[in-house]
Amino acid sequence: MALRTEPIVLNMGPQHPSTHGVFRMRVTFDGEVIVGLDPVFGYLHRGFDKLAESRTYTQFIPLTDRLDYLASMSNNFGYCLAVERLAGIEVPERAEYIRVIMAEMMRISSHLMAIGFFLNDCGAFFTPLLYMYREREKLLDLFDMVSGQRLTYNYMRIGGVSHDLPPEFLPALRKFVQEMPAFIDEYDQLLAENEILLARSKGVGILPREMAINASASGPVLRASGVKWDLRKKDPYSVYPRFDFDIPTAETGDCYDRYRVKVQEMRQSLRILEQALAQIPEGPVRAEGPHLVRPPRGEVYSRIEAPKGELGFYIVSDGSVAPYRLHVRGPSFINLTALREMCLGWKLADAIAILGSIDIVMGEVDR
Amino acid sequence: MEVAPFGGVPENFLELDRAEGQGVMALRGKAQAPVPDPTGWLEEEVPRGLLGTSLGAFVGWGRKFSVWPVGFGLACCAMEMIATAASRFDISRFGMELFRASPRQADLMIVSGTLTWKMAPQLKRIYDQMPEPKWVVAMGQCAASGGPFAESYFVVPGVNRLVPVDVYVPGCPPRPEALLYGLMKLHEKIARENLALRREP
Amino acid sequence: MTRPLAGAEVAEGVQGALPGAGVKGEGGTIWVEARDLLPVARYLKEEPGLAMDCLANLTAVDYLDHFEVVYHLLSIQHNHSLVLKVRLEGREGLGVPSVTPLWKGADLQEREVYDLLGIAFSGHPNLKRILTWEGFPGHALRKDFV
Repeated sequence: MALRTEPIVLNMGPQHPSTHGVFRMRVTFDGEVIVGLDPVFGYLHRGFDKLAESRTYTQFIPLTDRLDYLASMSNNFGYCLAVERLAGIEVPERAEYIRVIMAEMMRISSHLMAIGFFLNDCGAFFTPLLYMYREREKLLDLFDMVSGQRLTYNYMRIGGVSHDLPPEFLPALRKFVQEMPAFIDEYDQLLAENEILLARSKGVGILPREMAINASASGPVLRASGVKWDLRKKDPYSVYPRFDFDIPTAETGDCYDRYRVKVQEMRQSLRILEQALAQIPEGPVRAEGPHLVRPPRGEVYSRIEAPKGELGFYIVSDGSVAPYRLHVRGPSFINLTALREMCLGWKLADAIAILGSIDIVMGEVDR
Repeated sequence: MEVAPFGGVPENFLELDRAEGQGVMALRGKAQAPVPDPTGWLEEEVPRGLLGTSLGAFVGWGRKFSVWPVGFGLACCAMEMIATAASRFDISRFGMELFRASPRQADLMIVSGTLTWKMAPQLKRIYDQMPEPKWVVAMGQCAASGGPFAESYFVVPGVNRLVPVDVYVPGCPPRPEALLYGLMKLHEKIARENLALRREP
Repeated sequence: MTRPLAGAEVAEGVQGALPGAGVKGEGGTIWVEARDLLPVARYLKEEPGLAMDCLANLTAVDYLDHFEVVYHLLSIQHNHSLVLKVRLEGREGLGVPSVTPLWKGADLQEREVYDLLGIAFSGHPNLKRILTWEGFPGHALRKDFV
């Protein structure tokens, strides 16, 4: 007598403690092994592309904050860069340095969250996350000093930043940069050789190099698969050519490699911050120009290396105060293309760990 | 809601998606006006005896210090909600550090983030699954009124279109201190709620 | 620096390899007819000098009398980029061959363009709405959507 089995479909619904926001997956199991995965998006679709057509260029800046809400200033940076390329506006040097400082601080803050939530998914319920939050609160205090807000800053403007740094900011940032490497070593010591983390994530969810490039993955996901591609080095923007830093990569492309790449990127960000603090000049922080920006007719696709990957803005302008068409290329959305291939053949708990290691933010996925 | 056929594996689940779409359209048709806020806690005319008052006060005291929220983080405000639960702005001081995953074990729903029409049936479902007594806190501008996305074709203009809201916490996102202040106001409201007067289901 | 390739040179190369293909280059953009999209894209991907192995972005724009589907291609080996555009006349019954056999990254992006702008991609393995719900009235990003 043969044993008859049938596949079962399990819905990991939009309200779920480990799906990083409102992400839904319909997973098909044969026993406990995954044989099919159908992701459902759109539960946080707010219509950014349509809203952009009825806002002026400056009015859209606070909305860009809400895209990747863990690294808001990076979105501001990408958008302002795109509009400045389209309109041909030159940004003063002090503003460029301030932008790079903010972007690298955001990278550290976002990677802390990414590692904390990844370990949450692996089962270390909340403890590493609380440790990461301790450092993130220091960073949020610095952002509060600059812009008055903890999460969505609205600090950058087209042509620079909105106002200059307060005098107590740079000494506080220097103190933070001196103390932070000790904390990263503390986390590494606790986590890097941890048996449970190695068992849960080494060899799990491998993304081969060819598939990563073909599926347009970017950011730490691409670098963990062995591709040495970082837009700050390959297609530099702002003042990044003046800094000396490395691009960490890994060979296999499993969850553990994605974790290691993020930790090393935090160390490189601290290097950039030290150099920027030493080199920052005095001067104006915003370009002179009209309040209502009217770029000439044309289009531009400009991209930056956001903490999650390649954040691109495609703007088509028809010469008026609002864009004709604006498209946000969200890295988390595109990184999810390969989710099905990465999860096939693994078990349910591995699928959650894989989703955590890709590091998605639903604001960017659904826009 | 139809169930997937057990014999074969539907590879793209199109029938399920269509059923979901019809559910969303039906809910959108019904949710054209806001649900009124519960005002039961303002009533003064309910006759109270000595036993009613002291028992009511005791139960209110017990209820307000053990409110368990269900995790309903949608967007950016969810990050501030997690920051409130982290070690700096400890929500555990109020007995609320247990964010229950299942609504059947929770009595507070903190709606944090933008609610879209596609997510609306799920919100109603989670609210219906919570047992009485239950309260709702709308955290942030998007939950209170649609926020910066109120004109979008996809955003519900305020959670009170679907469920009655007890406390609105403004901010975009509100600081953790603001959320804690809102929760303390909710505690006052719970303490004053009369046992005999329950809200209409 | 990622070098943007000149559309005219690339168009000449394509004409040399695939004579009769409807391609035209101007500025940094190469325009392709919808019916020739797959062979031209395969040439761009497999030709060793070009090696466009990554599709960075796929989107579409609604200009009131016609639509344009825009592909931003990137080569990780040679570090150069190219913009490819397909022009579709009219507003109804629009269709373009899907490039998912070549670049898997086009999968979710083509579904998004179908959902929000109503352009169908023939040959896509799973073409259904992605961000709005099935049965959503209309296509949200069109200029005549209310």
